[in-house]
Amino acid sequence: MAELTTAVRATPTPPRTVRTSAALPGTRRARRYWLVLIGLALLAAAFGIALVVWDNPMPVGTAGFWRIVALRSKNVLVMLIVAFCQAMATVAFQTVTTNRIVTPSILGFESLYVAVQTGAIYLLGATGLTMLTGVPQFIGQIVLMVGLAVALYGWLLSGKHGNLHVLLLIGIIIGAGLGSVSTFLQRLLTPSEFDLLTARLFGSISSADADYLPIAVPLAAGAGLLLWRRARRLNVMALGRDVTTGLGLNHRRELVVVLVLVAVLMATSTALVGPMTFLGFLVATLAYQFADTHDHRHVLPVAVLTGFVVLSGAYFVMKNLFYAQGVVSIIIELVGGVTFLVVILRKGRL
Amino acid sequence: MITLDGVRKDYTSEVRIGPVDLAIPAGGITALIGPNGAGKSTLLTLIGRLLGLDAGTIEIAGYDVARTRSKDLAKVVSVLRQENHFITRLTVRQLVAFGRFPHSKGRLTAVDEEMISQAIDFFELADLEGRYLDELSGGQRQRAYVAMVLCQDTEFVLLDEPLNNLDMRHSVQMMKHLHRAAAELGRTIVIVLHDVNFASHYADYICAVKDGAVVEFGPCAQVMTAPVLTEVFDTPVQVIDGPNGPLAVYY
Amino acid sequence: MTTAVTPARPGSRTLFDWKLLLGTLAVLALLVGSLLIGVYDVFGAEDGSQMFAITRIPRTIALVLAGAAMSMCGLVMQLLTQNRFVEPTTTGTTEWAGLGLLVTMILFPSASILTRMSGAVIAAFLGTMLFFAFLRQVSLRSSLIVPIVGIMLGAVVGSVSTFVALQTDMLQNLGIWFAGSFTTVLRGQYEPLWIVAAVGVVVFLVADRFTVAGLGEEIATTVGVSYQRVVLLGTVLIALATGVVTVVVGNLPFLGLIVPNIVSMVRGDDLRSNLPWVCLLGIAIVTVCDLIGRTIIMPFEVPVSLILGVVGAAVFIILILRQRRHG
Repeated sequence: MAELTTAVRATPTPPRTVRTSAALPGTRRARRYWLVLIGLALLAAAFGIALVVWDNPMPVGTAGFWRIVALRSKNVLVMLIVAFCQAMATVAFQTVTTNRIVTPSILGFESLYVAVQTGAIYLLGATGLTMLTGVPQFIGQIVLMVGLAVALYGWLLSGKHGNLHVLLLIGIIIGAGLGSVSTFLQRLLTPSEFDLLTARLFGSISSADADYLPIAVPLAAGAGLLLWRRARRLNVMALGRDVTTGLGLNHRRELVVVLVLVAVLMATSTALVGPMTFLGFLVATLAYQFADTHDHRHVLPVAVLTGFVVLSGAYFVMKNLFYAQGVVSIIIELVGGVTFLVVILRKGRL
Repeated sequence: MITLDGVRKDYTSEVRIGPVDLAIPAGGITALIGPNGAGKSTLLTLIGRLLGLDAGTIEIAGYDVARTRSKDLAKVVSVLRQENHFITRLTVRQLVAFGRFPHSKGRLTAVDEEMISQAIDFFELADLEGRYLDELSGGQRQRAYVAMVLCQDTEFVLLDEPLNNLDMRHSVQMMKHLHRAAAELGRTIVIVLHDVNFASHYADYICAVKDGAVVEFGPCAQVMTAPVLTEVFDTPVQVIDGPNGPLAVYY
Repeated sequence: MTTAVTPARPGSRTLFDWKLLLGTLAVLALLVGSLLIGVYDVFGAEDGSQMFAITRIPRTIALVLAGAAMSMCGLVMQLLTQNRFVEPTTTGTTEWAGLGLLVTMILFPSASILTRMSGAVIAAFLGTMLFFAFLRQVSLRSSLIVPIVGIMLGAVVGSVSTFVALQTDMLQNLGIWFAGSFTTVLRGQYEPLWIVAAVGVVVFLVADRFTVAGLGEEIATTVGVSYQRVVLLGTVLIALATGVVTVVVGNLPFLGLIVPNIVSMVRGDDLRSNLPWVCLLGIAIVTVCDLIGRTIIMPFEVPVSLILGVVGAAVFIILILRQRRHG
């Protein structure tokens, strides 16, 4: 019994070389972490490069070759943004909600996106979709989603009875309400219009418009940077409201700031490629295993790299082995969903 | 010194705390005792600004709890709630290190590491400092939590039933540690206790709470009397002279 | 859990009184309205009486059966889990039923309605058992977490359905099946719904045991109720009702949640005397929503699930906010 030995007061502490509170105590764990990080980075680089140059039908060096490279580079960049947004947002969201089985996508962003897309096609037919394409429209959708989220936060987190669980549940229910409207409108579409819509309703990397990137990149990078600068506070937030307050942080303020940043990241990702409900969940769950530390400055990079490896790896395999790149996001959703089931059946506490 | 002036907290029309006026002197251990649902823990969380007041003021060492910035208060008062479940997996040392957050904002210096080591040694956790919290027994984990608030290095320390779920040996151990912290490190410790006899032996002052109001406050001898305890707990209590001071007998 | 449903006090109120009679009359009036309202002029036209028998009567019976069954299902789930926010749509049961239906349709394209129903019922049963197993494993700090997890679970199952449907080109059909609507309820198609009437009767008979089981395995065993058997029975009943209603009518979101909650808000938590009210209010809400759906954009129809989805979501939000205010 280890307890018995420690209870003996006279036990002298053996002289220690280093006593440190580092996020990765001991060389073994530190080495493991850096190996994982480097491994992920190499995999990410390999998939990224492979996606760009593999199976390029044009001879190397010709103008056609470079055109294809440029086109594919755009897809890789889109994957990077999506992986970055989803990974950062989900990890931060799970931390501030102190709950590792929720994902920010349940807050109604996706239902709003689906409702907007469905509504546009229903009202304007196929032209509705073209009306939703364009940089101002892209910005409009992001503003709409962030606006909804901030309105919800302002309403439900302020005042005496501010409660995070109430916020989550109401977000979900608003999503469900929007969902029934969308389902109804979808019934009224002609099959050809419905096919057009379907393409929009599943996360699709290749459908992202290169014109959106100059907006999406700074938005994602800016929100990500702000989250990164709060990483140490996120470590504290993970200990819950009471400990956070006791340690001198304004819990509600931190909560609202992080949730707004999460909303920006999620809205950017959703407006860029469409709904990806369980990618964030899958990535965050894997990242906690890979990083094996509480420190967000270590978890976040692993999460982003994991997200990119999952996305680009799935894309590469499906494209070059199964010739079915259209279903990449659905496969990821399925794997993420199954992970979710496994996690809730194994978890002991919520 | 902690002063409560007309403190009130309303839940429903029937359930309310206060108005409470109280002055807890600096130094030593002050124990809050009282029956279940009397409002001891609520009072403690109000002092620790984890709950907002509905009326009145609370001052800790001259700082108004409602007005002072939370990060400044975190250098004056630390607070530990009863229930602590974390989603992240922490080692004992990592947990204790969080106590330095108000001072270092997460960037630990050599001085911080030294303070962390001291807090760990103070609670005799040195051999366990690399272990994860979920690998510890209840008593060890409780010591780690208290080490964390002690590491926050505040003059005032508020603890909500730290003896909960501890057996006899670990309870005594914990109280001895706290007693030493008050005596050797000069901390003022306010603690919610269930067991009147623990309060009687280890505390310097006792505050008896009932129905959201303070019934009696003073040095142990003043509160450890049969009439006071009988009234507070609504059950016949006798106080006898034990080998180590007054003992309440209530069965 | 702050939202625990307090157990029934047997005999504290009589089962039938004049208020219940009044409520029954009001619901009957609504049902007569349902019989009379519609695009087709059942009295003027020549084949009016025939149309009346083929569409109106089956539709009205379906409203009664589906409304009562789904609201009682919600009540049973709330009793078993001691959580007010649980019902087939917030636990994934409906989505499981849909997945079962979809898989049956793909494996046996010419399956009879009974076969399809069996598929849905079996899937709903497995899904509900899975959710109960999850609930027993975790210790919960907040009753609100339960529906959050349940809805996410539903989303997972829903995404599996979507994937299967997409691969088999049934996506748009899927939406049509799931959207609860009484438009297609005709003579010769709705009859399986009578199964859920039997479910209702069983719930009336064993309701108290569900309450006891909801207090936990230990308490149930102490008072001599076999916990496993009661939970199994409850799950079978829920799966039967949800599966059958999903196949014949479709998804009726939030019905099982809002009805028991409104009843206990008005009448308190006396299970036995609340049961008939839960039935009546369930029927009334479905009928009103269906009538709105039939008349709002005549001669077209809005599916009842759309109206229930929007109205139910609003009521659900009000319920949560009320709980928040009361701590």
